Amino acid sequence: MSSINRSKTKTPMPAQDPKKRSKNFDEVALGYTEEDAVNEARRCLNCKKPTCMEGCPVQVQIPRFIKHIAEKDFQSAINVIKETNSLPAVCGRVCPQEEQCEQKCILNKMGDSVGIGRLERFAADWERKQGIKAPKQTSQTNKKVAIIGSGPAGLTCAGDLVKLGYEVTVFEAFHEPGGVLIYGIPEFRLPKAIVKQEVEFIEKLGVQVKTDMVMGKVLTVDDVFQMGYDAVFIGTGAGLPKFMKIPGENYLGVYSANEFLTRINLMKAYSFPKTDTPVKVGKKVAVVGGGNVAMDSARCALRMGAEEVYIIYRRSEEEMPARKEESEHAKEEGIIFNFLTNPTRIIGDDKGWVKGIECIQMQLGEPDASGRRRPVPIEGSEFILDMDTVVIAIGTGPNPLLTKATEGLDLNKYGYIDTDENGKTSKEGVWAGGDIVTGSATVILAMGAGKKAAQSIHEYLQTK
Amino acid sequence: MYKILERKDLAPSIKQFVIDAPLVAKKAQPGQFIILRIREGGERIPLTIADYDTQKGTITVVFQEVGKTTKELGTLKAGDHLADFVGPLGQAVQFENHKKVLGIGGGLGVAPLYPKLKMLHQKGVEVTSIIGAKSADLLIMENEIKAVSNKTYICTDDGSKGRHGFVTVVLKELLEKGEKYDEIIIIGPPILMKIGTEITKPYDIPTMVSLNPIMVDGTGMCGGCRVTVGGETKFACVDGPAFDGHKVDFDELMKRLQTYKSEEKTAIDKHEGGGCRCHQ
Ligand SMILES: Cc1cc2nc3c(=O)[nH]c(=O)nc-3n(C[C@H](O)[C@H](O)[C@H](O)COP(=O)(O)OP(=O)(O)OC[C@H]3O[C@@H](n4cnc5c(N)ncnc54)[C@H](O)[C@@H]3O)c2cc1C
Ligand code: FES
Repeated sequence: MSSINRSKTKTPMPAQDPKKRSKNFDEVALGYTEEDAVNEARRCLNCKKPTCMEGCPVQVQIPRFIKHIAEKDFQSAINVIKETNSLPAVCGRVCPQEEQCEQKCILNKMGDSVGIGRLERFAADWERKQGIKAPKQTSQTNKKVAIIGSGPAGLTCAGDLVKLGYEVTVFEAFHEPGGVLIYGIPEFRLPKAIVKQEVEFIEKLGVQVKTDMVMGKVLTVDDVFQMGYDAVFIGTGAGLPKFMKIPGENYLGVYSANEFLTRINLMKAYSFPKTDTPVKVGKKVAVVGGGNVAMDSARCALRMGAEEVYIIYRRSEEEMPARKEESEHAKEEGIIFNFLTNPTRIIGDDKGWVKGIECIQMQLGEPDASGRRRPVPIEGSEFILDMDTVVIAIGTGPNPLLTKATEGLDLNKYGYIDTDENGKTSKEGVWAGGDIVTGSATVILAMGAGKKAAQSIHEYLQTK
Repeated sequence: MYKILERKDLAPSIKQFVIDAPLVAKKAQPGQFIILRIREGGERIPLTIADYDTQKGTITVVFQEVGKTTKELGTLKAGDHLADFVGPLGQAVQFENHKKVLGIGGGLGVAPLYPKLKMLHQKGVEVTSIIGAKSADLLIMENEIKAVSNKTYICTDDGSKGRHGFVTVVLKELLEKGEKYDEIIIIGPPILMKIGTEITKPYDIPTMVSLNPIMVDGTGMCGGCRVTVGGETKFACVDGPAFDGHKVDFDELMKRLQTYKSEEKTAIDKHEGGGCRCHQ
């Protein structure tokens, strides 16, 4: 039997050296060895009332799977995780565990929590190395469900429904399924081979994935019903880029983070000219924003050959919404952080190329609606930073392409889809979940929404 | 995969493909475009729908070999396949209660002009057209345009066919003669649309243009296609590609189109140079 490991700190995660990795797109965190994993698993106290599980949006049976790892029964560990989480290799890498399960871990009071995310990733990676076998689906219901959008919400909903015996088709606008996991989160944080494998897994379960399908244009939701589908799930994400509406935003060399990341990740601009899509990354790059998207953009810019990369964020480090691990990694790699700084205008040359960004210094005032202290500009503190490229990563909104083309679908005042707690919308037979309902959130919350909706669709179709 | 059913060489560097894409054809309307990708690793490029046949389930596109992707596209034949063919994208154009319309197409712009004039013609609108190109051999779709126009003027920059000079010269003459139109449509290189809209402006005739900025997704998710129209930023792929020409900031559009100039050259050099080197 395994004995308890009383170390107060997490077993370190092997990682690529910052100097080396800032020049390549290979994965940064290398993953635990079997020995690391067993060691870390032995730190878990296997609490009677595991508080960690309260922090997990999909209720992974955390102590149970960790116990299996401690006992070197990795197959059982992954089986336990997969009872409730269909994308563990993804979640183990990108979930904000420090705000979820790990925050609630009892060990947090005495040192580091158990490295739950790292163990989840280990179990999933172990399984992948063995070759994943997709279970044969036996039950058949002869009812059809259409899923619009193939991000974590759509993929999870599709996976759950196919397991319940439905005929499931996923309609994706891009040429590759995966949503943000493919076009947004970079290779060095989430290798695309992993996402592909997750998609292949649900395809093996029987889900049909149709790419190049811009729904609302090529087919409407009503067309889908007419084609014989009995229910529809909308998981189209929050993909509409926001700009700052400051002068100079249309200069050459100014990108939305969506465009910058899509060119690099989905279109593989890092292999240009071997691949055909280019991206312009100058010597000096400014990324405006403080979330994961900003960190990803900054770290991509560095890997594309930028010499100096700046994060420009209007609040202070404490308020920064990016995952701690990501901002730490960014710092190690040499990204320069300008906190309490807000752009006021972008400056261009006579050919229309960016040459600088004017910013104003901010200070923190009273708390705002989000509870964070509101940044207010310090009058007369404007200054100019020379830049060749500017990436705007200040958030996204709901894309109206599909929702506008769908009659009878209620939206809230921001344009997100209104649903009940199970994801049911105002339109008969239509569910929605993920970022298109909540606004930009997390992979795991999108998955949770896909799961709930699948259950609710199942109940609805049983009575139909 | 989307099959190329037919290939026609309209001019030395201008090709026309008929593509098998039944779902796209079912919804296509004049003014819309598609995005295609030739193969894995390829670029996504937008092309305006030049014609469509709902019955046969086909879309016609016309392109000029200018960049690496269009050059590669030009090597494909009937029977070959495209990896991706996405659409119909963008807004369809609407014409209400028009009686008389003038359509102007320059160079490759004649292709996207055609479905609009065809629709107007079918609605019984009186159509005048002016089409032009650098020289006679680069003039495309002359017969198609004539078939949907009550009157057609032809211009070439070098005088090798029709009037010697730009299409805008004829436009100016018609307006100076006192011709009246409910709307004027100008499609072609940005500089042509800029000059054309400057000519129509004093006459206060609504003038529609169709813009061709750089695009990636074509669904409004990247903002790469942004253009300034009436002082506001618009995404051409979802708000356009047709806009009120009197409000478009053409200078900005022309600058933004230069973004990847040097990369385009690298890609073409590699494409053409690479082709030769394998035989050495
Ligand atoms: C750069 C970046 C980094 C992030 N990092 C993290 C992280 O570390 N951890 C974390 O938990 N979260 C992170 N997030 C957030 C997380 O990725 C999202 O919350 C999550 O992906 C939302 O999932 P979704 O399924 O709702 O939508 P998406 O993943 O956005 O997927 C929506 C899909 O729908 C498709 N679609 C849209 N419109 C249509 C249409 N009309 N027809 C057909 N298909 C359509 C889109 O192409 C897309 O594939 C990050 C987001 C970004 C952009
Ligand atoms: S092409 Fe990306 S938003 Fe228009």
